Amino acid sequence: MTGIDLIAKKVFRFYIEGFRDMSSWGKKVWIIILVKLFIIFLILRLFFFHDFLKSNFDNDNQRSEYVLEQLTKTPPKHD
Amino acid sequence: MINNMDLSLVDWSRAQFALTAIYHWIFVPLTLGLSFIVAIMESIYVKTGNEEWKRITKFWMTLFGINFALGVATGIILEFEFGTNWSSYSWFVGDIFGAPLAIEGILAFFIESTFVAVMFFGWNKVSKKFHLASTWLVGIGANLSALWILVANSWMEHPVGMVFNPDTARNEMVNFWQVLFNPVAVDKFTHTVTSGFLLASIFVLGISAWYLLKKREEFLARKSMLIASIFGLAATLLVAFTGDNSARTLAKVQPIKFAAMEAHYYGKANADLTAFGILKKSDKSIGDQKIMDFAFRVKIPGFLSVITNGEKSTFVPGIIDLVSGTDDSTNIDPVVNKIQKAKVANEILRYYTRVRLLNDKETMRDLRKVYFDNPKFITDTLNYIGYAYLNKPEDSIPNVPITFYAFHIMVVLGFFFIALCAVALLLVLRGTIARHRWFLIIALFSIPLAYIASEAGWVLAEVGRQPWIIQDLMPVSRAVTQVSTGSVIATFIIFAVLFTGLLAAEVSIMVKQIKTGPKH
Repeated sequence: MTGIDLIAKKVFRFYIEGFRDMSSWGKKVWIIILVKLFIIFLILRLFFFHDFLKSNFDNDNQRSEYVLEQLTKTPPKHD
Repeated sequence: MINNMDLSLVDWSRAQFALTAIYHWIFVPLTLGLSFIVAIMESIYVKTGNEEWKRITKFWMTLFGINFALGVATGIILEFEFGTNWSSYSWFVGDIFGAPLAIEGILAFFIESTFVAVMFFGWNKVSKKFHLASTWLVGIGANLSALWILVANSWMEHPVGMVFNPDTARNEMVNFWQVLFNPVAVDKFTHTVTSGFLLASIFVLGISAWYLLKKREEFLARKSMLIASIFGLAATLLVAFTGDNSARTLAKVQPIKFAAMEAHYYGKANADLTAFGILKKSDKSIGDQKIMDFAFRVKIPGFLSVITNGEKSTFVPGIIDLVSGTDDSTNIDPVVNKIQKAKVANEILRYYTRVRLLNDKETMRDLRKVYFDNPKFITDTLNYIGYAYLNKPEDSIPNVPITFYAFHIMVVLGFFFIALCAVALLLVLRGTIARHRWFLIIALFSIPLAYIASEAGWVLAEVGRQPWIIQDLMPVSRAVTQVSTGSVIATFIIFAVLFTGLLAAEVSIMVKQIKTGPKH
């Protein structure tokens, strides 16, 4: 086993033991973190937060055109 | 599309961003300050070898961990919103925000995720010194992460170090150091992180006060109060000093925000500072906006001029001067002129875009030479291009009552915290703090006040910049994406529920840990 393998093994064991011996508040907090990340990255990102320019235009040229069009359009009456 | 702008979309998008930012900021300042307080406590433990200090450190580290974990990734939502709800803005600033946010991401990931693990899992597994170094690095990493976000936010207040590329509609960074050492960024970083130190100190003082009121954990409470009052006193003085610097910079780069902070409408030398005031609408108007007057005011004569430039004779322009302009020695360009110049710049940009689509390289080269690459045109006209989108000069005025009250709430509470920390230190040093129940109750109820002051600072920064999302370059209404208002309302409600749930979870887990107390 090389030195790097040994270090990787030690680090891995460090995290495993850390999670295994975690206090009750730590476990509760981790459940909340996982639920939160699920909501943020799977529900919100997937269903509500598409990158508007990336999903509506194929390349940067088209995105620039669109933004320039928005910037140079005649200002609305109640901007 | 924009001509049929749905105003409720702008308002809902604003509300959505404000809600997310306000909730995100509930978690952040405690992380910034408590990380250092814990590091100081652990340093004492390592130096003295006293196990009581280890117990104190571990107790506050637990509360730090709860706050840190529940706050993690709440800021990511702001980045989602940039791409979805503020796409034109996001594109327009992309190259400026890219570098600071990338550095922030790398720092946050590597420093925090690595050393937070050592902080919590490493007791008795790594050496005392390595553990202590990890605790300090978590604090340093968290505060450095904040630096890059604040640098990006400061660029919105005072855009520097970039050139606008008319081919791509993007601002491109040409001077990283100018962006990093933007005077607004220097003031904002120092003021924001020190306000986080202060909030954490008040948090520690308040919870320690609760233990003393309950006659529990007296050793922990007294020692924690000693650290928090010294750290808090140093932080409040730094907050006051950096706030003063910040005000001076604002007076130069965002004079209308500075005037709105004080509801200062009529410019003059020897201008008075309002220590405390209640606003009312006057009979006078500027355009279609009512001028605010004072129903009640406690003022400090000449002090607004002094904080602006160190001298009573300094002329401080009022909102009316900044909108209507002056033709005396102060020579302020009226907003109506800026609107005219900006419309010309906008027309040139529109013409350039048309020429570019026709691939007329020669005309493009000429236009770039005369306009977009011409420093005089950039300084005098292009840097004010956002004014083209204002319908009337008074649209450049931020909401005066909100800006005024946010500023004064923050300042009044700031002075209160100086007194609180000073009295706490005095009573702890005299050894009589447990006997002063009135003070312990005040300290406990100061915890929400610290959060109010902290949020008021952000309300001042963001509302005071209106109507701009990027000062002088882009108004909020022009930055918003034309998505359906219904989806913005839906996400607003989801966020309100999600964040309120997170906050309730944080408070409930923390209260339980506080009631349980440190392990013996």
